[in-house]
Amino acid sequence: MFRKQECVAMLLAGGQGSRLYALTRQIAKPAVPYGGKYRIIDFPLSNCINSGIETVGVLTQYRPLVLNEYIGSGEPWDLDRMDAGVHVLPPYQAISGAGWYKGTANAIYQNIEFIERYDPEYVLVLSGDHIYKMDYSKMIAQHKERNADCTIAVLEVEMEEAKRFGIMNANEDGSVYEFEEKPANPKSNLASMGIYVFSWQKLRKYLVEDEADETSSNDFGKNIIPNMLNNGERLFTYRFDGYWKDVGTIDSLWEANMDLLDPKVPLFMRDTKWRIYSRTAGLPPHYIGKNAKVQNSMISEGSEIEGNMEFSIAFPGVVVEEGAEIVDAILMPGAHVGKNAKVQYAILAEDVVVEEGAVVGEKPEEMENLDEWGVAVVASGIRIGAGVQVPAKAMIEEDQKGGEQK
Amino acid sequence: MIKKTGVCGLIFPSVHDEMLHELTEVRALGSIPFGGRYRLVDFPLSNLVHAGITDISVITTKKYMSLARHVGSGKAWDLSRKKQGLSLLPALGATPEQYEGRMVPLYEVMEWLETCDEEYVVMSDCYVVGNINYKALVKKHIDSGAEITIAYKNGKCPDLPDALVLDVNESQKVTCLRVGARPQGEVNYGIGLYVIARETLVGLVKEAYSCGKLSFERDILLPLAEGGNLHAYEVPEFTMIVSNLQTYFDANMAMMDKDIRAKLFPADYPVYTQVHNCAPVVYGLNSDMTGSLAADGAYIDGVVTDSLLFRNVKVETGATVRNCILMEGSVVHKGAVLENVVLDKDVSVSEGRVLRGAPTYPLYVNKGREI
Repeated sequence: MFRKQECVAMLLAGGQGSRLYALTRQIAKPAVPYGGKYRIIDFPLSNCINSGIETVGVLTQYRPLVLNEYIGSGEPWDLDRMDAGVHVLPPYQAISGAGWYKGTANAIYQNIEFIERYDPEYVLVLSGDHIYKMDYSKMIAQHKERNADCTIAVLEVEMEEAKRFGIMNANEDGSVYEFEEKPANPKSNLASMGIYVFSWQKLRKYLVEDEADETSSNDFGKNIIPNMLNNGERLFTYRFDGYWKDVGTIDSLWEANMDLLDPKVPLFMRDTKWRIYSRTAGLPPHYIGKNAKVQNSMISEGSEIEGNMEFSIAFPGVVVEEGAEIVDAILMPGAHVGKNAKVQYAILAEDVVVEEGAVVGEKPEEMENLDEWGVAVVASGIRIGAGVQVPAKAMIEEDQKGGEQK
Repeated sequence: MIKKTGVCGLIFPSVHDEMLHELTEVRALGSIPFGGRYRLVDFPLSNLVHAGITDISVITTKKYMSLARHVGSGKAWDLSRKKQGLSLLPALGATPEQYEGRMVPLYEVMEWLETCDEEYVVMSDCYVVGNINYKALVKKHIDSGAEITIAYKNGKCPDLPDALVLDVNESQKVTCLRVGARPQGEVNYGIGLYVIARETLVGLVKEAYSCGKLSFERDILLPLAEGGNLHAYEVPEFTMIVSNLQTYFDANMAMMDKDIRAKLFPADYPVYTQVHNCAPVVYGLNSDMTGSLAADGAYIDGVVTDSLLFRNVKVETGATVRNCILMEGSVVHKGAVLENVVLDKDVSVSEGRVLRGAPTYPLYVNKGREI
């Protein structure tokens, strides 16, 4: 018998994140490292525990190994609980057959049994690819107050940006009358953040109906929300005005990391009142060498920096040797940059080695044709040989043999 | 099946509290912050865990709060177990002098000692910083057939009141033992780390306690040495003794040496400690840090050289920190200058203040002070 939970959170973490290319070759998007010591999924998980939500189902599908191992018992987020806590929910086989999660709604549908064990009033649906700090309890409170069937968190975006998002057209009282996915001519600038609170009995009904509809793509945005609107259910927006970033592309992931170095960005990571928890390696403090120069950067434990760093982020266990220059770059855990090498406008995934004198990425101001500029990415475990030059926007997934150059 | 090592661990976090009186005013010696994110007790605890020893008791006395909070359930050391694990055993009946002698606290935890079903006990104090192979130490003890094996280091005798000095022969048998002699020059000195059969320890403690003999060194080790029943085990060279503020300072600063860092914290033999989930260190536009170590959660926008910054330290714009140890949560405000200073936790140095110690005599500031 499980204790009743007022709200159960369901975290959609099965996406491949195909637009992160080399970075999600071996890991699911929510497991991608972010912000010097975190993985993307730390944000929704920490938000849950900080909001008082102690039951979280994590729906996995694509490359779950690292993600499963990372979540483990849930201890880093204080989500290892007697009968609540975090549960990893992969697709499974049943007497009626077996199938992958067909869409976001289907993933929840397949786990109705999990949700009902807790007999919740509300279900919070989250995705594992956004960086933000949010108190879900306030959103749930508003949901209750309005007697809503579904509450959708929205963020005001620039009007010209609105066509890239799912846009909520709402009345003055916040009630939604229309939802448009990436509209060519947006009527409003309230973008859906992919965070929903549903009254469970209502959602359950729609999930069952949606499953019976063979033409449905079993997706919240495409099917469940429009169906609820068509039937006149009570849908409301919940305004969020903090920092929120979808890190679905190389550029947005790189920008979201760089945002942490901008004191004007309101995602204060050192805030002890809303900590973001993560599973950490527990390494000694990082060392900055006698001849090193570090400015406007973020560096985590266990790193050894002997070179120069500017506008860059070093995750745990990074090594930057003497004379190396790191500019506007992200060095994920265990990355090693050899003597006099340059890494600029680039992302080095976990355990990448850049040998002596190699250059990864290019500065936009040094490009002849700015259209060819972009962040260079080196996939995890890859070795860039001595003296090799990796151009801007490159996506390196194989070892690059170094030349004679020393 | 659980692979048993046959060994349990006993940690004495308060032996020599008085030697580091500045730092132990608010805490037990074992709870003194070290190395940016650790506490001294993390070293023996991690050494025990790496040797597969999972039945461990920490014998506390007064001022146990900080230590109790730090070790918690033992989870950080993987010691929160169904079977065995970490226990915090208070020996509140022991006066500081009695605690130093170890016999009263041992007698107070007799029930634990008697019911523990391991064959050997590793006993360790907390004023030693080192990555010591306890597995080899225990093996040495068993192979030699000694009553007690004493871990020692060669070098200048530390400034400890009951320092053990020993002579050993080629087979590491103790040929001469002295307590509190503190001779000049290079000697072999004990580091408060022993191996003994559990039942032997129970017998010796009961016997000595009943005769009012309350010093482990004088009343147990000395007579055994005379009978030729003690063996010794030499620990690695980079093992450091923290016996006063100066040696505490030096041991922390030794971490600036890449070689020592690599030996103290090898990748496959980490030192475990409580995790605080601090954000990575942020370096501002004006930061100028060299030859220094910083733990997560720090914010640095000033000049920092040859210093060790613990978690959540803040060095504001234009502040200068040279050859200092800044413990967790301390803040150096704009334009302040610190040289050869140890700030305990949560100290705040106001704008423009200047604090200077000498390289051989660091200036210490108490926990929570505002200057």
